Amino acid sequence: MSGFNKVVNSYQEAMAGLSDDMTVIAGGFGLCGIPEGLIAEIRHKQTKGLTVVSNNCGVDNFGLGLLLIDKQIKKMVSSYVGENALFEKQLLSGELEVELTPQGTLAEKMRAGGAGIPAFYTATGYGTPVGEGKEVREFNGRKYIMEEAIQGDFAIVKAWKADTFGNLVYRKTARNFNPMAATAGKITVVEVEEIVQPGELDPDAIHTPGIYVDRLIKGSFEKVIEQRTVRQA
Amino acid sequence: MALSREQLAMRVAQELQDGYYVNLGIGIPTLVANYVPQGIDVMLQSENGLLGMGPFPNEQEIDADLINAGKQTVTMATGAVLFDSAESFAMIRGGHVDLTVLGAFEVDVNGNIASYMIPGKLVKGMGGAMDLVAGADNIIVTMTHASKHGESKLLANCTLPLTGQGCIKKVLTDLAFIEIKQGKFHLLERAPGVSVEEIIKLTDGELVVPEHVPEMNI
Repeated sequence: MSGFNKVVNSYQEAMAGLSDDMTVIAGGFGLCGIPEGLIAEIRHKQTKGLTVVSNNCGVDNFGLGLLLIDKQIKKMVSSYVGENALFEKQLLSGELEVELTPQGTLAEKMRAGGAGIPAFYTATGYGTPVGEGKEVREFNGRKYIMEEAIQGDFAIVKAWKADTFGNLVYRKTARNFNPMAATAGKITVVEVEEIVQPGELDPDAIHTPGIYVDRLIKGSFEKVIEQRTVRQA
Repeated sequence: MALSREQLAMRVAQELQDGYYVNLGIGIPTLVANYVPQGIDVMLQSENGLLGMGPFPNEQEIDADLINAGKQTVTMATGAVLFDSAESFAMIRGGHVDLTVLGAFEVDVNGNIASYMIPGKLVKGMGGAMDLVAGADNIIVTMTHASKHGESKLLANCTLPLTGQGCIKKVLTDLAFIEIKQGKFHLLERAPGVSVEEIIKLTDGELVVPEHVPEMNI
């Protein structure tokens, strides 16, 4: 039974094996649902030359933005970036490369990568800069471009609850890209708020089956809010 | 008088129908949620993984795990559902969203839209806009009719890099409501107090003007 226990006891163990020039897929939308402790560990390890696949790149001094401080990221694959000054600076100086990818295409690239589908066709991006150089095929009179799947050497994921087998449940919109990221890593590392015993999660309510998960760690989360909007009472 | 941001939102809201699933972009489109006509139920889709978006929270309700596509804290309406990004874009790319409202820099007579990139300026990205314009059938673009310098944004050909090709059929500007078909703009309505001549002057692409152009009812 212990063979299914994915729990590790330190961040060092969680990110063991990550080395320079690897590709890391990260879950999260803005600062919502990001594996804060795993990102901090990558910063601590000072791994360089990383390709990071994530919808966004955090903000100055939080989230994936932390990996910009010591120029650990070589390339970002994202749909929307530039919420931080450092990102802009490194992009303009040529130290950082960005591959802008439509949000739905990015999610599908991860999903396909995890599901053994090497590529797919989508209308998204046809006739735009995103479609340049990509194979075009016509189906039922409409043109589609071919997009290739993405896999990561590592996937870093944030979930709400897990059991020790790595079965995962996410919370509200902190789910976002995390379930697809979880499937697309050669090594998938998950940071959660709570770890329970197998059998305690409702099998019908599990979002990510533990088969995708290699390592699991309980973290503590700051959960920074990017746009704090409230209604008048 | 050109329409204000709120008036643009009010006019778009008149296009809502009972039972519509709607995706509202960032900026003016977001304001449409404030003007849903009485007696009509719509459900707002937020592409980060929420269908049934509610208003902003009060101080006690704020939850860092519950945001919209603009990364603002929100609430859930009764009957809301949460899902991942692939599921969210299956709704969008699969054509399941009834109405999409988004902004643009330029639109042309062939229904092309440019909304995410100005060469020479820092490009932040398209987010979900390319998926939305490619996936939706019913799209309303909201924007000002012309730039601050009086240059038309309704063109014969878009000059900026495209967000989508041949996908826009309706444009609401601060001056006019316009339909795009058969490679031409067609003037449907004008903003209250705005003359047809003024709209013609500020429309670069070919504009078909019917004999009678009604004023918008705001």
